[in-house]
Amino acid sequence: MLFYLFALLAVLSGTYMVLTRNLLYAGFSLLVTLLSVAGIYVLLFADFVAVTQLMVYVGGVLVLILFGIMLSSRVHDQSVMSESVNKVWGTVITFLILVGLCYTILHANLHMLPWLETADMDVLGLEKSTVHIIGIKLMTDFIVPFEVASLLLLIALMGAAYIATDKQKV
Amino acid sequence: MLAFLLTLMLLLGVVIVLAYAERKVAAFMQDRLGPTEAGPYGSLQAVLDVLKLLQKEDIVPALADKGLFKLAPILIFAAVFAGFAVIPISPTLVPAGIGIGVFYLLAIISLDVIGLLMAGWGSNNKYAMLGAMRSVAQIVSYEIPAGLAILSAVMVSQSLDFQEISYQQGVLMNAFPGMGYETNWLFGIQALGIDTTNIGGITTWNIFRAPMLLVAFVIYFIASLAESNRAPFDIPEAESELVAGFHVEYSGFRFAVLFLAEYSMMVLVSLVAVILFLGSWNTPLPNIGSVALANWTTGTIGEISGNLWAAFWLISKTFVLLFVQLWARWTYPRLRVDQLMYLCWKVLTPVALVVVLLAGVWRLLMI
Repeated sequence: MLFYLFALLAVLSGTYMVLTRNLLYAGFSLLVTLLSVAGIYVLLFADFVAVTQLMVYVGGVLVLILFGIMLSSRVHDQSVMSESVNKVWGTVITFLILVGLCYTILHANLHMLPWLETADMDVLGLEKSTVHIIGIKLMTDFIVPFEVASLLLLIALMGAAYIATDKQKV
Repeated sequence: MLAFLLTLMLLLGVVIVLAYAERKVAAFMQDRLGPTEAGPYGSLQAVLDVLKLLQKEDIVPALADKGLFKLAPILIFAAVFAGFAVIPISPTLVPAGIGIGVFYLLAIISLDVIGLLMAGWGSNNKYAMLGAMRSVAQIVSYEIPAGLAILSAVMVSQSLDFQEISYQQGVLMNAFPGMGYETNWLFGIQALGIDTTNIGGITTWNIFRAPMLLVAFVIYFIASLAESNRAPFDIPEAESELVAGFHVEYSGFRFAVLFLAEYSMMVLVSLVAVILFLGSWNTPLPNIGSVALANWTTGTIGEISGNLWAAFWLISKTFVLLFVQLWARWTYPRLRVDQLMYLCWKVLTPVALVVVLLAGVWRLLMI
């Protein structure tokens, strides 16, 4: 029941985000979308992912987006509006993605997936949260992707610092 | 639902006392009398202020973005209040004892920032906009040293659960499920061989178990002043420059909600500091030989005595920290923006990184 509530919220706010022309409203409805997706994560026993979603997307990315929108428009102006361009190509690509997704989902044979058959069981067992397992996995089985991700972030940070520095004219 | 109402009542009570204390402490530090008329020693002043605010007209500026303007105070207060859900009040009393409480708290507080931006933009006012921008820039930057300081405490405690961290810092540690055979050593160093598990009191507080957490505590406290927009970090609402910052257009009930959210934020950050560093709901008095001060001032878990003692210690320690916040406000002048950023990025963040490293090494000595 809760799932349908969150799903409905996510879909409605997502639709509003796409349809509204006011970029700022789009940003705030993205907030609702992210929150409801976090709610769905909690229902899936993925508490760590849910909170990380809040931390990274709401606390970081969304604030950055809103900040960008507010800084790039003067205070007295009307809110920033977006225009619709590339209508034909957009429709075609969206439709193709929809068809692709439907095809995949219909052929996925959902009822035979092993993790769905065990979904009724108490996934967490004695553990109070998934953090311990995630930590151990990150340091053993998934150490390479983890380190590569940190390297990527480091490069992004250096790039940002380089772009932001005052370049002295030679 | 009961936990919700209890927490709300407790919070309102604490905030009313705090608002009164703010004025009295300020008056004392400036050699004035402060409020004297309403009630004995003016003690009803804060209550009457709230009543006055509730009766006022609710003004929405004509050119404001009305939806956002009305939604913002609710969002801000909801974000701060949601943080209280994971705060344990006593060994058996916690609204929501989830396993990743610390992480949840950090994440949910960042919703507050969105609310501030909403209020600043929705007001359609230069001062409000500038105040919101400054406030958000400040909160986002100071989350980093605060997060690192919290991380070092979490590394020492090996847990993200506020209740587990609380149990570790007192004589009740072995009563927590899963920690029946853990021991606390003096300064956390097993090699010293002094077992403080049953001594309790201040010797098992986190700042004592791992002395570098004292530095982390100071960093966290400074950062928390910035996060709750308190002086000397109150440039977002600097009266002489911005009138009142992001809430300049709010009046009546909406202003009361914003005011409540601001004071709740102060209470929340102090509570987190107490729980992570200053022994949570544990007593500061240690057991000395047969004079079992710690046991006497802890009570029995699950009974009324245990709950009352724990709540008493937690709230009194929180009030000490809140008093320090007020004290700092009347002691230090406001920082400039560049000084603010200098302090955050060039002083607090490097020191916090070193403390995180030290905490990791210290944890190895504690095993």
